[in-house]
Amino acid sequence: MIPELGHFALILALVLAGAQTFFGIFGAARGDARWQAVVRPAVAGQFVLVSTAIGALVHAFVTFDFSVLYVASNSNSALPTFYRVAALWGAHEGSLLLWAWILAVWTLAVAIASRNLPASFASRVMGVLGFVSFGFLLFTVATSNPFERIIPAPADGRDLNPVLQDPALAIHPPLLYMGYVGLSVAFAFACAAMLEGKLDQVWARWTRPWTTMAWAFLGVGIALGSWWAYYELGWGGYWFWDPVENASFMPWLVATALIHSLAATEKRGVFKSWTLLLAILAFSLSLLGTFLVRSGVLTSVHSFAADPTRGLFILAFLIIVIGGALSLYAWRAPQLRSPAGFEGTAREAFLLYNNIFLVVAAAMVLIGTLAPLIADAVGAAPLSVGAPYFDKLFPMLMLPLGALVAIGIHAAWKRGQLGNNRARILIGLGVALLAGLVLVYGVYGVGKPLTPIGMVLGIWIILSSLFDPVDRLRRRLTLPRAIIGMTLAHIGLGVGLVAISTVESYSVERDAAIAPGETLALGRYAYRFDSIKEIEGPNYDGVRAVVTVLRDGAPVATLHPEQRNYWVQRSTLTEAGIASRWNLDMFVALSKNVGGGRWSVRAQLRPLLDWVWLSAALMALGAVFAVTDRRYRVRASASEPAGETTSEPKMAQGSAAAEAT
Amino acid sequence: MSRFLIPAAIFLALAGVLYVAVVHSPNKSTMQSALLGKTVPAFSLPVLGNPGMNLTNTQLAGRPWVLNVWGTWCAACRDEHPVLLDIAKQNVLPLVGLDWKDEDDAALEWLKQLGNPYSVVAVDRDGRTAINFGVYGAPETFFIDADGRVQYRHVGAMTAEVWQREFLSRLPRGVLP
Repeated sequence: MIPELGHFALILALVLAGAQTFFGIFGAARGDARWQAVVRPAVAGQFVLVSTAIGALVHAFVTFDFSVLYVASNSNSALPTFYRVAALWGAHEGSLLLWAWILAVWTLAVAIASRNLPASFASRVMGVLGFVSFGFLLFTVATSNPFERIIPAPADGRDLNPVLQDPALAIHPPLLYMGYVGLSVAFAFACAAMLEGKLDQVWARWTRPWTTMAWAFLGVGIALGSWWAYYELGWGGYWFWDPVENASFMPWLVATALIHSLAATEKRGVFKSWTLLLAILAFSLSLLGTFLVRSGVLTSVHSFAADPTRGLFILAFLIIVIGGALSLYAWRAPQLRSPAGFEGTAREAFLLYNNIFLVVAAAMVLIGTLAPLIADAVGAAPLSVGAPYFDKLFPMLMLPLGALVAIGIHAAWKRGQLGNNRARILIGLGVALLAGLVLVYGVYGVGKPLTPIGMVLGIWIILSSLFDPVDRLRRRLTLPRAIIGMTLAHIGLGVGLVAISTVESYSVERDAAIAPGETLALGRYAYRFDSIKEIEGPNYDGVRAVVTVLRDGAPVATLHPEQRNYWVQRSTLTEAGIASRWNLDMFVALSKNVGGGRWSVRAQLRPLLDWVWLSAALMALGAVFAVTDRRYRVRASASEPAGETTSEPKMAQGSAAAEAT
Repeated sequence: MSRFLIPAAIFLALAGVLYVAVVHSPNKSTMQSALLGKTVPAFSLPVLGNPGMNLTNTQLAGRPWVLNVWGTWCAACRDEHPVLLDIAKQNVLPLVGLDWKDEDDAALEWLKQLGNPYSVVAVDRDGRTAINFGVYGAPETFFIDADGRVQYRHVGAMTAEVWQREFLSRLPRGVLP
């Protein structure tokens, strides 16, 4: 009964989403206040209904209702409670439901926070969000009903995919979806502005915090996924350029460009059409990511079963949403005028360069990811570009970007006045060169050719970001949260550059077959295989080894790698044994028993690996500071009259060209 | 053309690519195998029901053959089994089974109950050979030519259509029934 209730709630939510779209968009177009008044209740109702559906599915999971096909396919009576809840998004149908629910949450937040926005604008935003919601709910109800029954009910379920039975992976999809779906808010703001035919600096101020939050969620979600891949897949890497990883990375890159472009639009009223385009692109790439993962057109370690019907449905939805938004863009963007010009070394210019690099990087990832599909479509030989393509091209784009960040931080708005900051730039570069080269040639030893460059740039960015806040503190000026946030995020970027340069260059790894009592040497370190014993978990059995890591002969860490056999799905999984120090990760994965008491193991040392996650954490923390800045908390700012810049003179020739880029 | 139309134009081209991809996606179960065009990985495995005997890749060389990876624990293998029995009746290509991470008794019982489409079944108890073949999940089926090179890989349950289109079509002319 409860599953049917969930199904029914989902259908009602679909109807409400339709009402929200219709009354939101047409109510605003007709200027009909009574029509627009329907929108907020529809949003609230939708939230309650989708929550009911989610609750019904969680209930089915927790009470072992194996008569629900989705539960029978993704759960088992031996599955621990935590994973029975997480199993909700363990496969296609539940993931979609989660997507819809998170969209309902974001929309509700918009409905509450938009009370001070002009009524017609808020209606349009919620109308557009309603349309996105309508599409996803229709998709769920029509092709992917999570409440489908299976009669007769099986005695027990087929269990959750064991690779998903892991705390990091259990929370990774919701966070990732918070990011993916959060970008729909920026998208809706962009569409509303285009429908309204008005885009000004106030618009950018409204849009910024939403975008920043979505960007932060996306970043943390990606980092958690990478962390999971590191210790759960047992390959010892943290990024594989897998299509599913790329699907989440592309919107992140474009969202990064968007938050910078929005900053320029808010402060200086420039890049309006470019900002609109980025807002559309960021969400389009989220949808594309969903399409790639859900339709199964690309296969990957993460992939779910392919289903052409579902693929066609999402594709049609993609064409309506993205194609519609881009058509609207082609119609409205030419009417936008940016009032202000700027010089080639102004902050605006640096933000533009940053945007170009980020968008080109996203395009490069997109082409690499879709290469097999493009080859297929043009009838070329099957082709798949792997990690080497990305590993070669990506640094080529990121390293110049790093240098631009390190310099651009010092540029002032409108006129760069970099000359005034020449000392800061050069001191930063000098110290970074010294520190970077000492690290490379003194501490770690000669690595790959790009290592010193990455290292120096990373340190340079960190130093550059610190000048301004330190200066403000010294002069006893206030330090707005926006500045703290920006500084933290830029430091995060610097830390990430240093960390990735180090990990990519100085990791050592060895595969060998060893028996208990034997030792595997790895540079100054040695892995001693002490013992191995059988273990039993709630829904698996397996073996756990004790491995002691020795440094110059003295024990420094004990690792417990495991190999688990999950009973129901009959799959074997490696749980790597990892010990993290502030500057080094010691890693060992147990592979298989090769007979004669010997086990094949993979041992690794990865310096500064944890700093990669730290980098993501710093960026997210920066975002939290930025969105809690005073100007967003003070409500008065939101009720400033709209259209304050529309009467200003037409934009200078220079920025017209810049906007076209 | 207005420069503001460029994004829409690019998107349209992309949508075309995606459309082709979705329509072709039944073919997509040809997961790109690193082995395509390469020689099969060497193996020497016990024969199911005849533990004293070993099957090696060299014994199979000289004519095309098909490797089907299965296990009694695999639900989709049960689905594809009738198709395999039909294929065996055509008697054009030897069907070699790879019993993957399975128990011999269960496998023998399965073949007794459902019928045995295989010319011979090799037992891959620890799953190493399957790993060498890059097997992602059972069932998977490989077409191997007379020179011992992997020509095609099908992921998922075999169907009569896939068999006709992707396997029989790869046989040299004149061998077709």
